[in-house]
Amino acid sequence: MNRVTRLLPLIAFGVLVLLFGFGIWWNTRHSQTEVPSPLIGKPAPAYTLPYLYQPDKQLSKADMLGQVYLVNVFASWCFACGQEHPVLMAQAQQLGVPLIGYDYKDAPDDAKAWLAKHGNPYTYVIADRKGDTAINFGVYGAPETFLVDAKGIIRYKRIGPMTPALIHDVIEPKIAQLKQEASR
Amino acid sequence: MSAFLRPWRILLIAVALAVAVPAAHAIDPLPFKDRAQELRFQNLTRQLRCLVCQNEDLADSNADLARDLRHQIFKMMQAGKTDAQIKQYLVERYSDYVLYKPPVKPSTWLLWFGPGVILLIGAFGVARYVRGRARTAPSMPPPADGDDW
Repeated sequence: MNRVTRLLPLIAFGVLVLLFGFGIWWNTRHSQTEVPSPLIGKPAPAYTLPYLYQPDKQLSKADMLGQVYLVNVFASWCFACGQEHPVLMAQAQQLGVPLIGYDYKDAPDDAKAWLAKHGNPYTYVIADRKGDTAINFGVYGAPETFLVDAKGIIRYKRIGPMTPALIHDVIEPKIAQLKQEASR
Repeated sequence: MSAFLRPWRILLIAVALAVAVPAAHAIDPLPFKDRAQELRFQNLTRQLRCLVCQNEDLADSNADLARDLRHQIFKMMQAGKTDAQIKQYLVERYSDYVLYKPPVKPSTWLLWFGPGVILLIGAFGVARYVRGRARTAPSMPPPADGDDW
């Protein structure tokens, strides 16, 4: 039996250690529960939803074409949305793009009370009471945030609360890039 | 059978029914056309993952979204969509994550074929080892009697 063959179990063990070590390292960097959206790079699904404060009027995808904008899915029942809200209150103005509040599976009165209590950072608030349109957006848990470009294509999605660091490091540069693309 | 036991039995049956019937339709009952459609629905929703609690299937999950998706799947079935079309609809929105059985494609080759490859490597190693031993074995002296343990 030559030397290499004798070392084979040790080598195999080492390979396994590397593999599992890589797995642990990978998992510390990536959320286990985050589902990558297949919609990134694809046109946002068509939507026509009533405004929360004017239910007889509706906002549709066509109304927003030509501008870069953010859609923030929130709900009054959503705990993490309450954590995210102060960030939006502080930063929404500086983003320089419309921020649509997408009220997800919520009673209108609850949503209004919640926004009255915590403040309303949104340019528009639309309400998807049954959550049908949200299925087309692949929403599975609020808060979620979509960045849509001037052609109506989803370019980025955040699952979970936005943080000041994320807005500064990821969202603002992306907005700048998309605005530049739009003006070209 | 003594007569005074009967009310007891009736009560027992009533209790058993009260417990069993809601359990059989643990989650909202849907107006299926027939038994075959119900079985098809159950079979399909068992192959799909609930996005909210990712170790539950759509059939068993109590999550709000899972219920919405079940209703959506039911609606699509009534509209005559095939299982493949319904899966495609969900994959387009929620990615391959909704499928418990991931499709075979380049990014999942390692997942599908990796174990087989590792098994082949192991088999190759064992074969080599055994053949090497067979070649060297005759030259070894047989163990002395009484020494085996």
